[in-house]
Amino acid sequence: MVDEKLDIHEFLNRDEKKNLLRLITCGSVDDGKSTLIGRLMFDSKMLYDDQLSALEKDSKRIGHAGEDIDYALLLDGLKAEREQGITIDIAYRYFSTNKRKFIIADTPGHEQYTRNMVTGASTANLAIVLVDATKGVITQTRRHTFLVSLLGIKHVVLAVNKMDLVQYSQKVFSSICEEYKSFVNQLDIPDVEFIPISALKGDNVVEKSETTPWYQGKSMLAHIETVHVGSDRNFDDLRYPVQYVSRPDRDFRGFCARVASGIISKGDTIMALPSKKTSKVTSIITYDGELERAFPPQSVTITLEDEIDISRGEMIVHPDNLSHVERQFEAMLVWMDEKPMNPHGQFYIKHNTNTTKARFDSIRYKVDVNTLVKSEVPHFELNEIGRVVITTVKPLFFDAYKKNKSTGSFVLIDPVTNNTSAVGMIIDKIHADGLPHKITTADKEKINKGVGLISEQEYQEQYNQKGASIWITGLHGSGKNELAYSLEKRLFEKGATVVLLDGSSVRSGLSKELDFSPADRAENLRRVAEMSKILNDQGIITICSFISADDMVRKQIADIIGKDRFHLIYMDADVTFCKNNKPELYERAEQHTISNLPGVDCAYDIPTDADIVCKPQENEDNGSLILTYLADKGIFPVG
Amino acid sequence: MNGYSLSHLKELEAEAIHIIREVAAEFENPVMLYSIGKDSSVMVRLAEKAFYPGKVPFPLMHIDSKWKFREMIDFRDTYAKNNNWDLIVEYNKEGFESGVGPFSHGSKVHTDIMKTQALLAALDKYKFDAAFGGARRDEEKSRAKERIFSFRDKFHQWDPKNQRPELWDIYNTKVQKGESIRVFPISNWTELDVWQYIRLEKIPIVPLYFAKERPIIVQDGNLIMVDDDRMPKELAAKAQNRMVRFRTLGCYPLTGAVESSATTIEEIVEEMMTVTVSERTTRVIDFDQDGSMEQKKREGYF
Repeated sequence: MVDEKLDIHEFLNRDEKKNLLRLITCGSVDDGKSTLIGRLMFDSKMLYDDQLSALEKDSKRIGHAGEDIDYALLLDGLKAEREQGITIDIAYRYFSTNKRKFIIADTPGHEQYTRNMVTGASTANLAIVLVDATKGVITQTRRHTFLVSLLGIKHVVLAVNKMDLVQYSQKVFSSICEEYKSFVNQLDIPDVEFIPISALKGDNVVEKSETTPWYQGKSMLAHIETVHVGSDRNFDDLRYPVQYVSRPDRDFRGFCARVASGIISKGDTIMALPSKKTSKVTSIITYDGELERAFPPQSVTITLEDEIDISRGEMIVHPDNLSHVERQFEAMLVWMDEKPMNPHGQFYIKHNTNTTKARFDSIRYKVDVNTLVKSEVPHFELNEIGRVVITTVKPLFFDAYKKNKSTGSFVLIDPVTNNTSAVGMIIDKIHADGLPHKITTADKEKINKGVGLISEQEYQEQYNQKGASIWITGLHGSGKNELAYSLEKRLFEKGATVVLLDGSSVRSGLSKELDFSPADRAENLRRVAEMSKILNDQGIITICSFISADDMVRKQIADIIGKDRFHLIYMDADVTFCKNNKPELYERAEQHTISNLPGVDCAYDIPTDADIVCKPQENEDNGSLILTYLADKGIFPVG
Repeated sequence: MNGYSLSHLKELEAEAIHIIREVAAEFENPVMLYSIGKDSSVMVRLAEKAFYPGKVPFPLMHIDSKWKFREMIDFRDTYAKNNNWDLIVEYNKEGFESGVGPFSHGSKVHTDIMKTQALLAALDKYKFDAAFGGARRDEEKSRAKERIFSFRDKFHQWDPKNQRPELWDIYNTKVQKGESIRVFPISNWTELDVWQYIRLEKIPIVPLYFAKERPIIVQDGNLIMVDDDRMPKELAAKAQNRMVRFRTLGCYPLTGAVESSATTIEEIVEEMMTVTVSERTTRVIDFDQDGSMEQKKREGYF
């Protein structure tokens, strides 16, 4: 392969400038796939002599190629597989010519190994699909082609192999090509080439063969050396998924990422998702010096003009070209795990540098990879493929896979076994109101029982708080409402989701028919407690400001709400203070125009079990006291 | 063409940097295993690039079998010092003190005790949850199927039948306590890529890679260099100076030299283009039995 006229310096200088083509070969054990790869590698002289002599030795011992060298043996890495006579996993092979470097993902063709083919196809620019000229387009050919198109490979070569066994017949070749064309037209593959070859004899593999004078195209090697794949990448939409934040000292904050798509230039105005804060790129740093611009798949570090907070998992984009920022989307999913899908389970989802939890909203359908027929299924098993709707706990920053492989792909990880359970390709964002709201059987069971479809943990992660009731008790005029209203405002400003319940709001409607007798007071408080519980169940913090004078009633309230969610705050003010503060009711009680006012003509039981005791004179401090208490308990923010 | 295309080496470099950063971001306690060889030298430079201008946020660890070439040890210490690396050196103390070595115990026992066991003990000692290695898939058949992020159970074992699918550039980094991941950032590099990168980036490598007159004995067809006085005297006595270099570096009694006159990287590559033996054949340990590398890897060898 070293051209005699090239000296070594010239060779290396040229080699340095070669680009890389990643390809996948699809075919079954009998299609001669391994033989083709072996031939490409052998005939481009990348086999070393000792590999060859080992190969000759092995061929005689366990080969399947009779007297010829069995190239397939070269590729079978693992011992167990050698004994079985098939490759069962994916193997990567490397070779190079004067024009290009190649990485071949060698994957098996057996049906149960869809998983491996999908894996190999995920990084490939081009796919070689092998058919046996004596058999033509078979089920497996369709399956491989479907998978290639699913994974978004834009260049396909149909290698019609074993042409030697059909006397290099143009007619056989043409009819296979026609059949394949009519199938591939239904799929999304822009570039398809057809090449008649004999891997075993070497026809049209490296050199054009004289056996097929009717064939006008290039040899396999010449084709893959020259096919243009440079424009397959997305250079339009900047997606810079922050992978690592570099802070070697206080003055430097670098955001490291591999450019997923688009071009980032020095001076660009950028926006960080999800915060939507904007800044300007001050520098693009690499070990080899600063760059004016960076493009995919470069790994660089950028610095920004403003000190905005961006962490791993967040996405830098141009402000006029945002990705979707959503918690829900549809995707084509390939189930990769021996353990079948639990459609009600939770998974980790890893998307770019972002990891969060996810669950399935619905399974739209399964696709039969052989017939492309769609059917409804309750779940997926190993190697099954279908369309699902997924909701994540945190929003993802994504694009459709078709537009952007890097921001459109994800993997699901089983939280128990840590296995990679499934991989997915996002179809497009689906607006929540555009969804069919398909409810699964398990969902129906829950709804029938009156159990919500959102878990306590999901509420917690969404609201960053735990549902809880802050119950403020104290005499009329003790300053409960001042505390309650100011606390509500302060929590709201900090981002908490709060509902305030007090005597005037409840008695104006919900408890309109009740009076102030001890029995009606108890009923009023029971209603408030039940309502507070419902709100707490849905993750809301409630602030309940009520005299609630009776110790027994307060204990009942705690039972309704649940002791761990009930937090009792006592406004410790004596009657004298309260009278001075709000004299009107006290005067009327003393004149007997009203009755049952605690502290005057009925008892107020001073609580002995309050979580916090507040003095009314210290209103500001009381609020802080409660905020500290909520933080300590991990109620807000969630600890 | 729009001008936005990378050469294959720059593409491989970008891929490796992405892998290295991913480990630093997702694991609590990673380490980079450093064999002092040319592949390690490339990997170390890639780590420096990944975090520039910051310092690499994990240490280097060398498992010293106590039978390495002396020039390797000198090179290691100088490199780590000059490049501000945290360097951990570990060895099997018990094995060393009871005199385990390739001459007395044979290559198999020596490799197991002084390399594999020493490595596993060191990984346990520091509780590393991720360890980088400089292995390449084109080196050896069983490597061709290994993932870039290769899962190890709590006994450090590799199960080739039960590997996690690895798609796109999304790596599953989830492990339970005690389990770990071996990470191979230069999986997709070939031997030529490594030499080309060393040449372009002017990466320092151990001088043993370049041809020089060295004292050599011939044992079972392998050219073995007399590196110290632990070589049995009757063998060392047969040594003759020959112009040789090393294609791979390991324990000196287990690493065969090749006759060569290549004193520059260009000459090494030129020789490589016309070589008659592939890289690992100069490592004596591979010949124990068919599939022996796979066996060692299952047991935890890198």
